[in-house]
Amino acid sequence: MTEPAIEMIGVDKFFGDFQVLKGIDLTVQRGEKVVICGPSGSGKSTVVRCINRLESHQAGTIRLNGETVTDSGAIRSDVGMVFQQFNLFPHLTVLENLTLGPIKALGLSRKEAEIRARKYLERVRIPEQADKKPSHLSGGQQQRVAIARSLCMEPQLMLFDEPTSALDPEMISEVLDVMTELALDGMTMVVVTHEMGFARKVADQMVFMDAGEIVESGTPAAFFDAPKSERCRLFLSQILKH
Amino acid sequence: MRLFVLFAALLALSACGSGQVWGWYVIDPRTAQGWTNVRFLISGMGATILLSVLAAAISMSVGLIVALPGLSDRRGWRLVNRVYVEFIRSIPLLPMLFWVFYGLPIIFRSFGLNIPIDAFWGAVITLAISDSAFTAEIYRAGIQSIARGQSEAAQTIGLNYWQTMRYVILPQALRRILPPLANQFIYIVKMSAFASVIGMQELTRRANELVVTEYRPLEIYSLLIVEYLVLVLIISFFVRWLERRMGSDERAA
Repeated sequence: MTEPAIEMIGVDKFFGDFQVLKGIDLTVQRGEKVVICGPSGSGKSTVVRCINRLESHQAGTIRLNGETVTDSGAIRSDVGMVFQQFNLFPHLTVLENLTLGPIKALGLSRKEAEIRARKYLERVRIPEQADKKPSHLSGGQQQRVAIARSLCMEPQLMLFDEPTSALDPEMISEVLDVMTELALDGMTMVVVTHEMGFARKVADQMVFMDAGEIVESGTPAAFFDAPKSERCRLFLSQILKH
Repeated sequence: MRLFVLFAALLALSACGSGQVWGWYVIDPRTAQGWTNVRFLISGMGATILLSVLAAAISMSVGLIVALPGLSDRRGWRLVNRVYVEFIRSIPLLPMLFWVFYGLPIIFRSFGLNIPIDAFWGAVITLAISDSAFTAEIYRAGIQSIARGQSEAAQTIGLNYWQTMRYVILPQALRRILPPLANQFIYIVKMSAFASVIGMQELTRRANELVVTEYRPLEIYSLLIVEYLVLVLIISFFVRWLERRMGSDERAA
């Protein structure tokens, strides 16, 4: 019997007086891939940011591998995070971006960290860019570096906050391909995205959010072919139109 | 170029009147007396430089320490920052210099401490503290200009607060705040002239002393201004070089 990777029970979150999350219940088993979608402002990014403590929650419980997370706890380095805006460190080379965490937080030697970094650069298919600065890469390449940077911490769980939303259309697939591969390798993933093709292909569980609530969740088959709620049907018809 | 213009202006001055208005002989290095005078004036340069560099170094360290609580999420920490900045930057330099030089030793003595404050350290402390309120604001603005995503990304790869500052935020912020920090340094160099009033033997003090014996304020203070001009120009060139070296090529964050 293993604990679920993520367990959120009745999680409330406020920004001032405004309630962004209303009683979120979400369970993610190890190895499971969950895709969260919903209109902007629905709180889907906030869910992901609460999981790795970039945001605090005001009520409810969040457990990672059975362990309750608290505000005082440090942001967990075993939870990888990929941001919409990549957030690579512009003053460092690609290789330095990748080795910073392993050297400073995990205590690896520079040599070990570089071996690890090159392994993951290989995996996201840009080993030849190691010595460039991020600003010299395309958006798709930058996002793949960001994924590799997370992987270098060898996380048990990866969170993706709209990883392709800031990309030009022709670069989306190269990032999604890397993510699909990662999913096939068995990584536990929570992905906030509007890429429904990707969702259909890799998701074990679809979650639809609106106005701070989980309106609907289920398997991709049920979710796409027979959405139960009106809000979800409307949303799907809008984003699947084009 | 600027030097040349000033030089030309001085030459023009020297031509007017009957040589009574401007007397080159006072600072003419070709004559024995002129050379002695010039050497005397320039001999304050070392003290001015040492004073400025020390004060700037302390100011930049204290400024950073003061800036960090100003960036905290906690109101109490931010208040510490505000009180320091508002209080220190509202004290004019000269009264603060008097307070430190004449007043602080009395406080020390009342605690039984015999710490004499000489003119040099009095000036260093005053300049550094007075300036630190401004460098603190420069740091705060520079650090705030770095997108929040940078520190979030640093945290998600396991860096703690200090590591995030040291390896991610400050290297980027420093590049941006180098020009205003250089401004502050130039400001310190110029304000160091105030140290002359508590008797420190720096450039301005030397000029004052020479004026008393030579009765030629125009020539001597003109040379004094040229001395500061040269100092500041050297700093400017150095800063330009530093800016290039620190890589102003990466524009986008």
